[in-house]
Amino acid sequence: MEKIPILKMGDFLLVTIQVDMHDRLALALQDDLTRTISQTEAHGVLIDISTLEIVDSFIGRMLSNIAAMSRVLDAETVVVGMQPAVAITLVELGLSLPGVRTALNVDAGMELLRASVKATKEMYGSRLH
Amino acid sequence: MSEMQLNQKGAKLVDILSGQEERILAEWMKEMTGSTRRGDLIKESELRAECTQFLKLLKQTTEAAGTDFQSPSFGPMREMLGDVSRGRAQKGFKPSETATFVFSLKRPLFDQIQTQYKGDTDAMAAEMWSLTELLDAMGLYTMEVFQKSREDMIRRQQEELLELSTPVVKLWDGILALPIIGTLDSARTQVVMESLLQAIVQTNSRMAIIDITGVPTVDTVVAQHLLKTVTAARLMGADCIISGVRPQIAQTIVHLGINLLDVTTKATLAAAFSVALQRLGISFVRDAAKS
Repeated sequence: MEKIPILKMGDFLLVTIQVDMHDRLALALQDDLTRTISQTEAHGVLIDISTLEIVDSFIGRMLSNIAAMSRVLDAETVVVGMQPAVAITLVELGLSLPGVRTALNVDAGMELLRASVKATKEMYGSRLH
Repeated sequence: MSEMQLNQKGAKLVDILSGQEERILAEWMKEMTGSTRRGDLIKESELRAECTQFLKLLKQTTEAAGTDFQSPSFGPMREMLGDVSRGRAQKGFKPSETATFVFSLKRPLFDQIQTQYKGDTDAMAAEMWSLTELLDAMGLYTMEVFQKSREDMIRRQQEELLELSTPVVKLWDGILALPIIGTLDSARTQVVMESLLQAIVQTNSRMAIIDITGVPTVDTVVAQHLLKTVTAARLMGADCIISGVRPQIAQTIVHLGINLLDVTTKATLAAAFSVALQRLGISFVRDAAKS
């Protein structure tokens, strides 16, 4: 069976979706990702969907769910590289993915994750003192 | 009608035409001058050349294929009429003036028939009927082409207008601006949305400013479209700012109960630009020596 690889990069997990997403694959990814987050204690998840050309409401909702689950597991999610056509489709479907952070590319997404992790640490740091 | 009859009819028309071209041409030109020859739009020599060619083709074609305008032999004829018609549409002729090009040939040809068939009323009537049919078909065809070329022109202009009216400009590295001028409807918004999102990807821009100074009114549909564009840009990882909101538009938005709370709005493009620069962490310092 096809599997979407989850790569660990320092504190973060990198997921690049390079195949057509179908429902079963999406559910498998959800399982895999949540398990990996809790195993590795990652603080951020970066999902690269720049090669994804077709989405439906299920995939849209799944992205939103993954973000919410990761947040519960203390990991920030950033979705990067969404194609214009995909963005338009999601908006037309009424899925504006509230709570999901987005960035133009992997670089920008990494920067965003680093900044947010740093901000979290500073916040806790200041509380500890 | 059998092939032979057709050919016979054609042959008769050929008889009428042959040897009389000069006279028919002169009368035809006179006829057109009397009614609708537009000296300001077309030169006499040009018109004469067109008419001569038309008569030549008419003779050739009727000789070969009779008076059935639908037959494939009329291909060159149709082509010529199409060119004439399209040319007139571009030059600004009126539809009736264009149609007259063909219809004004009736009188000279009918005169010719009358002189040739003196006494033989039956043959004359038959000949006139077939000629009328042919000329009418030609006239209608001319009108069709005229109409079509006009429609094509309008369609092309509409497309150009659509493209012209949605330029995405780059203000700074990472900052795009989209000045919208004119009323936004669904079709236009689609183009606006697509060109903005495409430009965001191409230029790798994190900020986009949608300037609506040139939009006269905002209704629920337009606001909905704007919100969709902003949301789609956000999904791709770019922030949108809406600028140029006029007082009346602000009032309308509130009265309509449209929620623009999640969107940054600024009164002017300058204000929006400075916000965008701030978010990218860029700041300017005035050169003290020059101020």
